Amino acid sequence: MTAPIRTHASDATPTSGAPRKKILSLLRLLSAFCLVFGIVYWSGKGAHTGWSMNRVPVTQVDEITGIEFITYEDRFVPGIEWLGGAVGLAAVAFGLSFFFRTKKTHNP
Amino acid sequence: MNKSLLVSTLLFVGSAMTAATAAPQAFDFTDPKGVNAIQFKLDSLLEPISGTASGVSGKVHYNPENPTETTGKIVVATQSALVSNAVMTEHMLGEQWLDAANNPEIVFELTSLSNTQTEGNNTTATATGKLTLKGITREISVPVRLSYLPGAFGKRINKPEVPGDLLVIRGEFSIARADFGIMPGQHEDKVNPEIALSLAIVGSPAQD
Repeated sequence: MTAPIRTHASDATPTSGAPRKKILSLLRLLSAFCLVFGIVYWSGKGAHTGWSMNRVPVTQVDEITGIEFITYEDRFVPGIEWLGGAVGLAAVAFGLSFFFRTKKTHNP
Repeated sequence: MNKSLLVSTLLFVGSAMTAATAAPQAFDFTDPKGVNAIQFKLDSLLEPISGTASGVSGKVHYNPENPTETTGKIVVATQSALVSNAVMTEHMLGEQWLDAANNPEIVFELTSLSNTQTEGNNTTATATGKLTLKGITREISVPVRLSYLPGAFGKRINKPEVPGDLLVIRGEFSIARADFGIMPGQHEDKVNPEIALSLAIVGSPAQD
């Protein structure tokens, strides 16, 4: 009678959990990037709490008449919905990462 | 002696009549410097919506000696209205709101200037006229201040040798968007039913 074949976790195929782990890591990295970049970019651009702007109003004064008038500079200023989108994307990526958790198997 | 007295009297009467019947001057509100604009503001859910409409044109005939004779029309190109957010601008000009495609102009036609009080070159008054917006015309009365700036035209265009006067019109008033068919009774919790308007526009000498 031959002795039962004992297997150890380390004897398992080395690549079986690796892709899942990789995807999990990527998703969590993406989540962290979206969150950090979103907050930093939004803060750096003035932490505007209104809607995003594609053109920024600039008030000027006409010297002769004293009229205050507005001109617009074409530049993007992220608003609260942009920040919300970045945070939302981070949350989705983080949530998805849970589907790629690997289960640890223990053998006596 | 009697002859010289007669001539003097006739000259005096003639100049007095000329002053009393001075013709109104025509001012063109298409501003070469692009300063003219109507500013609008209305409260909304997240923040006040504010923007400008800079496509101002029109003519006003103003008599500094007799402001009540003032007549004229101010036209604003609907398509020139914009806010800071491009998507919001697109919605604002769309069919449900201003419908710029079918109503290319917003027009105010002055019918009378009343309650005039003049101090120097500044006149405050109530301008009554017909406002046409999104194809609907309503009579409104707007408090205005007119500032007549004699000889300032050349200075403004950096050509002091060019003669001409300027007329600046300022005013602030509100309209109800429902009065002009702009989403009446809808989205009032998100977009205020009242629109606050502010104008500060300058007219240059017009060529009649």
